[in-house]
Amino acid sequence: MTKYVVSRLLLIIPTLGLLSVGLFAIIRLLPGDVVDIMYEENGYAATKAEMREILGLNDPIAVQYVHWIGDVATGDFGTSLLTKRTIGSEIKQRMPVTLELGLSSFVLAMLIAFPIGVLSAIKQDSLIDYAVRSYAVGGLSIPNFWLATLIIIFGAKWFGWSPPVEFITLRDDPVGHVKQLIVPALVLGGFGWSSVIRMTRAMMLEVLREDYIRTARAKGLANSTVILRHALRNAIIPVITIIGNFLPGVLSGAVIIEVIFGLPGIGRYAVEAIRTRDYPMLQAINLFFALQVVGMNLIVDLAYGAIDPRIRYGNA
Amino acid sequence: MATRESGRETGVAERRAASLASLRARRSRISVLLGLARQKPLGAFGLMILVVMLLGATFAPLLAPYGYNETDLLNRLQGPSLSHWFGTDGSGRDMLSRVIYGARVSVYVGFGAVAIGTVCATLLGMVSGYFGGVFDIMIQRVVDAIMAFPTLLLLITIMSVLGPGQLNVMIGLGIASMAGNSRVMRSAVLATKEAPYIEAARCIGCRDTRVLARHILPNITAPMIILATLGLAFAILAEASLSFLGFGVPPPAPSWGGMLSGVGRSYFLVAPWIAIFPGLAISLVVFGINMFGDALRDVLDPRLRGGTHNL
Repeated sequence: MTKYVVSRLLLIIPTLGLLSVGLFAIIRLLPGDVVDIMYEENGYAATKAEMREILGLNDPIAVQYVHWIGDVATGDFGTSLLTKRTIGSEIKQRMPVTLELGLSSFVLAMLIAFPIGVLSAIKQDSLIDYAVRSYAVGGLSIPNFWLATLIIIFGAKWFGWSPPVEFITLRDDPVGHVKQLIVPALVLGGFGWSSVIRMTRAMMLEVLREDYIRTARAKGLANSTVILRHALRNAIIPVITIIGNFLPGVLSGAVIIEVIFGLPGIGRYAVEAIRTRDYPMLQAINLFFALQVVGMNLIVDLAYGAIDPRIRYGNA
Repeated sequence: MATRESGRETGVAERRAASLASLRARRSRISVLLGLARQKPLGAFGLMILVVMLLGATFAPLLAPYGYNETDLLNRLQGPSLSHWFGTDGSGRDMLSRVIYGARVSVYVGFGAVAIGTVCATLLGMVSGYFGGVFDIMIQRVVDAIMAFPTLLLLITIMSVLGPGQLNVMIGLGIASMAGNSRVMRSAVLATKEAPYIEAARCIGCRDTRVLARHILPNITAPMIILATLGLAFAILAEASLSFLGFGVPPPAPSWGGMLSGVGRSYFLVAPWIAIFPGLAISLVVFGINMFGDALRDVLDPRLRGGTHNL
């Protein structure tokens, strides 16, 4: 196990290195005229030289990188061009919203989609299965921004409901806070449900074809026992993979959902950062999201290794 | 004499058998296709949607009753009617025509992105999987790094550097889908590489380039076709999302995602059809392609199950 953990940890180092180089490159790849626009239109600096100084473009490229990576490693992401506040504090302020949105859509997905996927596999090729599968592919095909737009249009038309303009914090009004987040969480999760359903179904089907399931049936166990005691237990292991896959999807979705429902989270801030050409901010958000995904993948792999001995010894 | 006679007879019989066999083969090919359609009705339906979209995009000027940018301020915000099947938008443009022309943007960006993404990913996967070693390890770490970014964030970041525009969206989507695709292609190469016929090819002195082009490539077309199909659905959806956020195809080009954003949004409450039809078009097309791709995957390569794109 130790060997597996160490080798998995070592793999992260080049990934993080390359990731940082890519992010570092964002600002350096900007076309020159964009830098011009940044100080002419957005007013981030008085002159071109000053703009380049603020972006840290004047040193030799290697020096720039070492400076930047050193700052990032000590938790200093720099200052936002737009708000002139530290990026760390901006992220800290917006993270809870995205986190809450993501977590609630995840919990909803697990509570609803996982059982549906299992049911669909048990009743393969039945009417239920067809309905579930159509729903799952439908859910993957319907753009979440369209769904959200329709909900806003017809929510207002038919029920007089519209998303609040101001963000309601949990401290101010807990009920209003939950009410405000439930619809976005459902829309955001709805997309993830489809993939959770499809994956659970596929994995459950695979397990159901295993020899030990046939053995369990052959020795005369009741169907429910076979499913609950033998199949489900083995199908639950891959749930970890689902959890790992869910995160990047939720972060992607959060960008759009936060924009549409006007939630002050990180996703919306990424879009605003691009619109206002606040590139240091964009860089930091990217880094932040990527670190989360890398961390999540690591946890998933380690959990796999801990649960499934085949992985620990097979690929380590 | 007798032997010659019987020899001619067997020749005739052989020829007849051969022609019968070829006829049977032709018939069976058609019946296989029909059988597939019967076996995978949803897949066939999906293919039909894709074909309809392609036809719509190709013949848009003939099919669309109005120009996509033809404004008619007297008839703005009209509901669906006989003269405007899908209604009109805030500038009086016919939504049906805009949706038909929108297929062009989706086809152009979608197919272009898939071409870039699949070709580059296949090359990368082939080289990485076939040669292995340090090069493989390096490429795979780069892929790891790219895949650490949530897709949409990666896309808008690429677009922020490239700037909006149809060609740029195409390139951006191609780059973004390359990493994941190359990993799938690599594993396909790894699976083929150990086959006896590859060893045989090497034994008779084929160079690496020839082994790759003539022996490996033909044997990894199945995952390639599947990736390209599902990638098309992903690209169309992603283009719509980008255009919706304002980082994709800029107006006045009729992008389905773009029609759902911008100034138009203020009219949605009084004229919901402006929002309904473009979104319906995206959903239908993506649904169709996904269905077709799923059917293809089941038929061509069931091992790839569960590996669809996730935006």
